[in-house]
Order: sequence, then C-alpha cells, then structure tokens
Amino acid sequence: MLNKTPAWKKALLYAVLILICAITLLPLVWMLSASLKLDKDVFRIPIEWIPSNPAWSNYRRIWEQVPMLRFTFNTFKVTIITTIIQVFTCSFAAYGFAKCRFRGRNTLFLIYVATIAVPWQVYMLPQYTMMNNVFHMVDTHAVLILLHSFDAFGVFLLRQFCMGIPDELLEAARIDGLSEYGIYRKIVLPQMGPSIATLVIFTFVSNWNDFMGPMIYLNSTELKTVQLGIRMFMGQYSTEYGLIMAASVVSLIPVIIVFLVFQKQFVQGIATSGLKG
Amino acid sequence: MAVKEKTATLSTPKSGMTLSRRRTLVGVSFITPNFVGFFVLNLIPILFALLLCFNRWDGYNPMEFAGLDNFKYIFTHKVFQQAVFKTAVFTAFSVGITMLLSLGLAVLINQKLKGIGIFRTAIFFPYVASVVAVAAVWQMLFQKDMGLINEVLRALGVADPPGWFASTKWALVGVIVVNIWKNMGYYMIIYLAALQDIPSSLVEAGMIDGASAWQRFWRIKWPLLRNATFFVVMMLTINSFKSFDLIYALTEGGPGTATTLLSQYIYNQSFVSWDYGRASAAAMVLFAIVAVITLFQFRLEKKLSD
Repeated sequence: MLNKTPAWKKALLYAVLILICAITLLPLVWMLSASLKLDKDVFRIPIEWIPSNPAWSNYRRIWEQVPMLRFTFNTFKVTIITTIIQVFTCSFAAYGFAKCRFRGRNTLFLIYVATIAVPWQVYMLPQYTMMNNVFHMVDTHAVLILLHSFDAFGVFLLRQFCMGIPDELLEAARIDGLSEYGIYRKIVLPQMGPSIATLVIFTFVSNWNDFMGPMIYLNSTELKTVQLGIRMFMGQYSTEYGLIMAASVVSLIPVIIVFLVFQKQFVQGIATSGLKG
Repeated sequence: MAVKEKTATLSTPKSGMTLSRRRTLVGVSFITPNFVGFFVLNLIPILFALLLCFNRWDGYNPMEFAGLDNFKYIFTHKVFQQAVFKTAVFTAFSVGITMLLSLGLAVLINQKLKGIGIFRTAIFFPYVASVVAVAAVWQMLFQKDMGLINEVLRALGVADPPGWFASTKWALVGVIVVNIWKNMGYYMIIYLAALQDIPSSLVEAGMIDGASAWQRFWRIKWPLLRNATFFVVMMLTINSFKSFDLIYALTEGGPGTATTLLSQYIYNQSFVSWDYGRASAAAMVLFAIVAVITLFQFRLEKKLSD
C-alpha cells in the first residue's frame, strides 16, 4: 500500500547516519588507534588511524606497570557479588510490592521511589561516616558491595515488570495450594526472566564503571578497581598517552561484550523504565 | 509493628483476621531483605544529613548546634554562588541540546532500513562506556596544542583555538560537549521506544490524506510524544543537576573553580574540608532544587493531561 522509499532518499539517509555514527564513535576509534602508538606518535598529524607499526607493547606494559590484573580481579569480584545480592533481594521485594496486599505497602513503596530522586551527594558523607565510625568498613570490598546491593531503582524496575503478571495466574496457583514463596519461586521468578536479565546488565555495567565509590572508600592499592587503575596511570604516567589509552581500551572490553550480547535487554529495560516511570 | 495491627483490625470480615495478618507477614517477609539494607544504607544517612546541616561537626569533636549558620555561610560563599550559577548554565545547555539531538536521532533511526541496529548500537555505546576511560580520551582530544579538536579548528581557520580544560573560560563548554555526547544515546532510546509505540495506522492515515513527512511529524507524532518528552526533560534536568563523576574525571572541578558545580562543591566541603555541616547544607540545597523541579514537572504533567 505504501510507496517504497526512493533509492536516493535511502542513500541520503545512510550517508547522514554514517556521518553521525562516525562523529559519535570518533573518540573511541581515536582511543583504539592511540593505544597502539608510541607516545611520540599519538598526537602526530596527519593522524595515522591504523598505525603501520602497531605498538603492541603498550598492551603488555599496562599489566607490568600497575597491578592491572589484580584490579581486574577485584572489579569482577565486587561486580559479581553485588549483582547476585541485588537480583535476589530486589526480585523478592518487587514481588512483595507488586503482588502481596498488606497495609502500609504503598507508603513504603513511595518512600523507595522518593529516595531514587535523592541525589547521592546528599548522603554520601553521612554514609561514609557511618561506614567509617560504626561499621569500620572503609577500605574493604564489602563496603562497595553493600553500597550498591540495595538499590531502590532495582526494586522499582522489577516491580514494574511484576505488575504485568496476571493476578488470575497467581490466584489459580493459590487455589492449587502453593504458598506465596512457592508462587514466587515457581511462577513469578521464571516470568521475570527478561527483566532480571535487564537488571543484571545494568548492575554489571554500573558496578564495573563505578568510579566515585572506589575513589572515596578504597585506599590500599591491592584493593583498587580497574577504573582507579586507569586514574593511576593518568597520575603516575601522565604523558604516556599510549599506555593510558591501552588501559582504557582494556577497561571497556567487558562492558562491550556484555553490551553487544545483551543489547536487546538494555534497550527494553530503558524503554520500560522510561515510559512507565 | 503498628502496620500489622492496623491490618488486623481493619480487615474485612470475609478475609478474617488471621488470614490478613498472615498476608502482612508474608508481604513483609518478601520486602525485609532489601528493606534492611535500604534502611541502613540509604534512609538513615539521608536523615543524618538532614540533622547535620543544622550542626557544626568535623567528624571527631562533639557536634554543636549551629542553627542556620551553615546556610548563611554557603549562601554568602562566592564559590557556592558561582557553583549554583554554573550548574544552572550546565543544566540549561545539557537539557536543551541533548533533548533536540536525541529526538532528531530517534526519528532518523526509526526507519525500516537494513543495518539500522548497527547505527543505534553505535550511538548508544558512549552511554555504557566508563566515565574514566571516556574522560581520558576526551582530555587528549581537547588538548590545547596537539589535540585533534584544535587541529580541526585550526584547519578551519581559527587562529587561536581555546585551551578547553586548561582554560577557565572554556572548560565548562568542553564538559557540556562531553556530557551531551555521552548521554544522548540513552534519551534517543526512550524517544525511539515512544515512536515505535505510535500506531502505524495513524501515520498511514496521514499519508493517505497527503500530509508531508514534516506535517506527519509535527501534527501526528509530536503530540503523541508528549509523555516521552516530559520524561526525557525531567530525567535530563535532574541528572544534569546531579552530574558529578564525568566532570570530576574530566577536570576535578578545575581549573581553579571553573567547573566546580554544585555536586563538586559538596564533594569538596565533604572530602577536602571535612566540614560536615556546610557539606550537608549545600547538599540540602541540591536536594531542594531537584525536589522542586520534580514536583513542578509532575504538576505540569497533570495539568496537561487533564
């Protein structure tokens, strides 16, 4: 019924899109290119986008000059534990808020949602003081894990998905004699699969990329994370541009992999939290 | 457990007291694991901040009641006044430009073309890239003498391009550029989802009636994008006011106080000066601004949808 888009229009559209993407990706392409150059060549004009003599040694030296391997391990550890706790407690609470009826539920949920709007800067100092003076947890990985494991946004996100599960389904299960916990485990959890995937990806990426948390809480070198590792390069070897870029490229790889594999969940997650929020 | 008792007395005769109480217990048990963490790690610190802003404290010596002294101090502190002003400038530009770009990109990407997914991925990627890595590369691109951006500007005939992050005048501009670049993909996805929710029959009807692409957008799609626009503007405004990591990674608030926005000011009062009262007072100002914007925008939305 509809006219097909004329070929010239298509070509123009492609040209515009390619131009936009080229501009958007330029900093990242430049990063990759610079990571394979010697420091003296990084800023040479005209730019040699694909270095004719790639300095692969940059990728070897980043592991030798600062304990990057240790940092990578630390980051994985914190990220994975946080993600597990987050998924478990958030999906539990989401079911409680979406499908269990009891008084005070809506008020409690409102408090949750309201805290999402409170900027972290408002309470980062009291939080730090509490961690320091009461729990004596400053300079441990546990503090980073605790900080990110009970995020109100996760509860909010999963609750939105949970609301979509038809009540009849749960009612039928209740009549069949399943307890609320049984319903959660056997019916709700499997249905929440896609939304949990979304939460896992968001948690993974935000923890992997977290910079302020580790910066405020970690002092010991052996506890530091990848993001602090790059900052160390920038502080100690500020003119070794090739090395800084190589470390940056390495730090992006896990996120790139997760992003490309789970892109669909990412997009769905944003769309859902966005339009129903 | 006042909540529980209330439920018992108010429960309908049909459900019976025990069932209602059981339900409450079950519901509470689902929420408890998360709530304990949430209560200790978020709620208590938030309430503590509320207390701190009226007190004088350095974290060691006994706390002293200070009334409104902390607020008096920050409101007359030139760095604070500048921080508020700069935050407003940063927010105005970030919100306006990001919204327009993300809408434009969403319209462009919302086409049935081969390989369109690749373009979407490319534009979205900066959003998931770490601020540290992103800041490292942009610092080099904005480098005064050798950076790519100034090379391009010189090639275009700008004799004396700015020093960007090394210049008190231009650092804020640089920070805004990077901020827009990093976040536009996220808002594009929100617009894209909203565009795809528009029934194609509506657009087709417009086509049959002979509306041009331009008219179809402004007369049919734009009004239907109102909710998405509302959400985008609200999120953008709040996120711009809160903006911290990226700016810290790029400039640490400098040079001087050139990019010291409100969040950076709070950070400096906290972890540089260790002045709990002033830090919390500044934090309350940030919170008040964010809260007022949120309430205002919700009001506006209600008014519009009535």
